[in-house]
Amino acid sequence: MVPLSWYLALSAVLFTIGVVGVLIQRNAIVLFMCIELMLNAVNLTLVAFSRFLGDVTGQLFVFMVMTVAAAEAAVGLAIIISLFRNRETLNVDEADLLKL
Amino acid sequence: MEIVHILFLAFAALAVVAAFNVILQRNPIYSAIGLIVVLCSLAVLFLTLYAPFIAAMQVIVYAGAIMVLFVFVIMLLNIREEESKTDRQKYLKFLAAPLFLALLGMIAAVVKTVGNPAPRGTDQLGSVQTLAEGMFTKYVLPFEATSVLILMAIVGSMLLARREKAEDVERIEQALAASQEGAEATEKEEVAA
Repeated sequence: MVPLSWYLALSAVLFTIGVVGVLIQRNAIVLFMCIELMLNAVNLTLVAFSRFLGDVTGQLFVFMVMTVAAAEAAVGLAIIISLFRNRETLNVDEADLLKL
Repeated sequence: MEIVHILFLAFAALAVVAAFNVILQRNPIYSAIGLIVVLCSLAVLFLTLYAPFIAAMQVIVYAGAIMVLFVFVIMLLNIREEESKTDRQKYLKFLAAPLFLALLGMIAAVVKTVGNPAPRGTDQLGSVQTLAEGMFTKYVLPFEATSVLILMAIVGSMLLARREKAEDVERIEQALAASQEGAEATEKEEVAA
C-alpha cells in the first residue's frame, strides 16, 4: 500500500501549482482551469483520508465537490462568454470595472 | 517496491508535469489538454485508493463533461494566443524562492506528523453500494441540495449567456410576420383553387 503521506505531498504540490497558475495567468479560462486543478488536489486528499480512516464520508464529499465544480464551470463560462462579447478579450486585467 | 508504488509514482509524475503544462502554456487549448491529463491520472490514483466509483466519476463528469464545456467555450470564442508580458509581476519573483521553501517545509512537517498509518476499512469502502448507502441515508439532505444547486446553475448560466439585442428581436418578429403572410397566401391560393 502506498503511504498516506505520498498522497498528501502530491496533493500539496498540485494545489500549489494551481495557486501559482492563478497568480501568473491572465487568461480568464486558464484561471478557471487552475481553480479546477486546486479542487482536484483537495479531492485527492479527501479520498486518501477516506481510505486511511475507513470512513466513506470523504468520498461522498468528493461527489459534492464535483457537483459544485460542474455548477461553477457552467456559471463561470457563461460569465466569460458575456465578458468576451462586451470586451473582445479574456484578459482579466482589462475587466476591471463592474459596469461597461 | 510493489507494483502499486510504481503506478503511484508514474501517474503522480504525469500529473505534476501536466499541471505545469496547464499553467505555462500560452494557448488555452493546450492548457485544457494538460488538465484532462491531470484529471485522468488522478482517476488512476483514486483506483489505487480503492475508490472505483469516484475514479469513474472523475473520468465521466470531470474529464468528460466539464472539460468538454471548457474546450467548447475556448473554440467558440476563438481565442488568440496571449502575448507574453510578465513584467507586471516583477515582485513575485522574489517571493517565489521563500514560498517554495515554505511549501517544502510544510510537506516535510505533514509527512513527519502523519507517519505511515495502516489503511482502515475494507476494500469495499469505495464501492457503489457503500457510497449509495451513505448518500441516501445519512447525507440525503446535502444530496438533494446539490440538485437545487444544479438547477440554479442552469438558470443562471442561461440568463448570463443569453444574447438580448433589439435587432435580434426585430429579426425574429420579421421572420414570424413573413411566415404568417406566407401561410395566408397559401390559404388564399387554396380558396381560389
